[in-house]
Amino acid sequence: MDVQRKLAILADAAKYDASCASSGTEQRDSRDGKGLGSTAPGMGICHSYAPDGRCISLLKVLLTNACNYDCLYCVNRASSNVPRARFTIDEVVKLTLDFYRRNYIEGLFLSSGIIRSADYTMEQVVSVARKLREEHHFRGYIHLKTIPEADDALIAEAGKYADRLSINIEMPEENSLARLAPEKDARAIRRTMGRLRLKLDEAQEKAATKTKPPRFAPAGQSTQMIVGADSANDRTILATSANLYGAYRLKRVYYSAFSPIPDASRALPLIAPPLVREHRLYQADWLMRFYGFDVGEIVEGHGSGMLPLDIDPKLAWALRHRDRFPLDVNRASREELLRVPGFGRKAIERIIATRRVSSIRIADLTRLHIPRNKALPFIVLSDHRPSARLLDEAGLVERFKPKATQLGFGF
Amino acid sequence: MHTNMHTITLDSETDFDGWRKAARRLAQNEVKPADVTWTVRGGEPELFAAEDNLPEAAEGTFNVSAKFVELAKAAILHRNPERFALLYRLLWRLRSHHGLLNAATDPDVAAVSAMARAVHRDEHKMHAFVRFREVGREQKSYFVAWFEPEHHIVELAAPFFASRFADMPWSILTPDVCAHWDGHEITITPGVAKSEAPGEDRLEETWRRYYASIFNPARLKVKAMQTEMPRKYWRNLPEASMIKPLIESAERSTSAMIANEATEPHKPQKRQDTPMAPKQAHDTIAALREQAADCRACPLWKNATQTVFGEGPQTASIMMVGEQPGDKEDIAGHPFVGPAGQMLDRALEEAGIDRRKVYVTNAVKHFKFVPRGKVRLHQKPSTPEIRACRPWYERELAAIEPELVVALGATAAQSVLGKVTPINRNRGRLIDHDGTKVLVTVHPSYLLRLPDADAKAREYRHFVDDLKIAAALLGQSANAA
Repeated sequence: MDVQRKLAILADAAKYDASCASSGTEQRDSRDGKGLGSTAPGMGICHSYAPDGRCISLLKVLLTNACNYDCLYCVNRASSNVPRARFTIDEVVKLTLDFYRRNYIEGLFLSSGIIRSADYTMEQVVSVARKLREEHHFRGYIHLKTIPEADDALIAEAGKYADRLSINIEMPEENSLARLAPEKDARAIRRTMGRLRLKLDEAQEKAATKTKPPRFAPAGQSTQMIVGADSANDRTILATSANLYGAYRLKRVYYSAFSPIPDASRALPLIAPPLVREHRLYQADWLMRFYGFDVGEIVEGHGSGMLPLDIDPKLAWALRHRDRFPLDVNRASREELLRVPGFGRKAIERIIATRRVSSIRIADLTRLHIPRNKALPFIVLSDHRPSARLLDEAGLVERFKPKATQLGFGF
Repeated sequence: MHTNMHTITLDSETDFDGWRKAARRLAQNEVKPADVTWTVRGGEPELFAAEDNLPEAAEGTFNVSAKFVELAKAAILHRNPERFALLYRLLWRLRSHHGLLNAATDPDVAAVSAMARAVHRDEHKMHAFVRFREVGREQKSYFVAWFEPEHHIVELAAPFFASRFADMPWSILTPDVCAHWDGHEITITPGVAKSEAPGEDRLEETWRRYYASIFNPARLKVKAMQTEMPRKYWRNLPEASMIKPLIESAERSTSAMIANEATEPHKPQKRQDTPMAPKQAHDTIAALREQAADCRACPLWKNATQTVFGEGPQTASIMMVGEQPGDKEDIAGHPFVGPAGQMLDRALEEAGIDRRKVYVTNAVKHFKFVPRGKVRLHQKPSTPEIRACRPWYERELAAIEPELVVALGATAAQSVLGKVTPINRNRGRLIDHDGTKVLVTVHPSYLLRLPDADAKAREYRHFVDDLKIAAALLGQSANAA
């Protein structure tokens, strides 16, 4: 089988992993003329976008899509009839370098089906990274999938070469994982996330002292949860995320709407992926991490435990707490401003800097990139006060619901 | 022509130093923004092309903030011909209004900031969308790209490519200017036509194959793609030729996936939830630990990483019982490895007790917490949770048969003695409970929480004194034996 054919199979097999981030690592370059590549701290680079709207930043492939496991949601499960392929270590190394030199990618995201054993698989994955770093002095970004049961020495080596490591939690609840992925062990997944956290902590603690720490995945660890393959509601999903962020210091939890796959299993819903739900979960995740909300506020205790699909979760929260509004933008604290619909973190920083100099008026909202219609009912400005009736109106919700959408893709 | 009019001609579209020099001198001579016309040499000749009439350098200097310089350096690369004048007007106003740059809502500040943002975005897109094509092969190869930037950003963006591709010679050709790297330095030459650039690369077919395969047809979101990768860039992206056919076939391939006969899933293996196994006559600690790993006797297992079972020699003469594992213990899977554990180690040593001869465990064996951002806040276990976990303690006790049980803190005391037991009234003496000697004292984490250093030192002494009672008891029995 030629490399192009393998690439088609092994990229197809890898695309259900949502992460393609190349951000948050240390700064490196190859100015010394001895190697290839660089990384920027902070923002990564998306070199292309596919028509699914997803960024293409890394060469995202599996080493092999042969797999001992039979996870029902997975295109690569043992019982699937998809064609199988396996890259050699050198093939992946060469593809990475060839793509990188042409500025197609920021680096490599390598994962693999489980073959022979956890340790064997992990060793294969690590070999690619080792070769890139040690032989080719590759200084671009590397993200490696970590195999939960793998030996500690292999995990340490993976962290030495990789910028980011990830283990997918897959399901929001342990019982669905047991049902859908019988060979996977949710406890082993969590224990290994814990092992990664210990090593990340250690690398950071020692960085503060004088001894040089063992390098360990400077861009941290992330995970992915599949949404819509089991019956877990949004509250359960977000509570699981909050738990994972707190316990293992994850950089990101990715949500992946369960999407129909070739040769699908009969045990799973074969419907279009719940993309809007996935989007709302990302918004809610952002509210938890950057806006000071906790799960109980985003999805309140009663009801279905689901986020509304037609309006965003912050707006939904504000509509449930109208007594807290309207808020005077020229006086409110940062914490209060973070809760206003349509107000993003950057806009809030600009507001706080601006209002020391001059007060904020309606005309300024556009310059601050704040959507007027969404924000106005909730705020007081020096030349604006929403009518007292408006906030009480039952019809206020309707105002924010999207108009009937046009079919087709607008292309 | 108005006598007060000044025409300033800059050396190039990106001549920031020229602009700065002129602007400084104009401002020092109180030349109003409305009285300056800005042009670029080699640009369209003005009808009344005047000589540069920069006023004489005046006495004194004035300062502008570094923030303004940074903003102006970016904004000047914008293609809008009004930028020089706009920047001068902002500079003019800044002299009397120092806080102006913070007013994001001021029209001039907003306009200049928007220009700077557009320039940085264009720079970022150039880093992303330049596509090199290889000329020649292997050792002698050379990489050439054709790019059409929206603004005058080639010189700004070039160092990125130099530090990334330092070991390969490359050129980025654009209609404005071209940047070249020979492995040592960047050189800039005049712009060229697209026909100067190579038309293909041997890897592009492979790259397109990748692009098509990584795309998920079941999640078509064309608008999201176009927001980040606007059409204007498509003509220089080798993968862009795939966009249309991929969109066209997306619906077909998705409905095929949905319509295809689904395969019968394998029968999932039965996984057993192990409720607490019945008590064995001769439990070993190792066997107990294994059983407890799957404990589901209360809901705490769900959010915790793992069961943290007791540790220490089966022949230990002291068994120490704490409250529950903390954050560190939950991750590591071992009891008393966090800050409280370190405190306990120190106190044991001072009391003269060999830590290696102590069995340490907790009344509750899963970590109870609530997540708060990136940390987990410890929660006190409830009575039902303490009760649910007590059988493990009983079996540990039976397996070890220690001479003394030390209960650290209220939760441990409640579990060990079977009822709520205030620490202060019961500490400092041996209690006989169902034939087992029990000593009650505080939990070391209580000492860690005391805010006042004096209180901390005093309470620590008290804690060590309590432990000395245990040490004395062990000493006696060792002598008796």
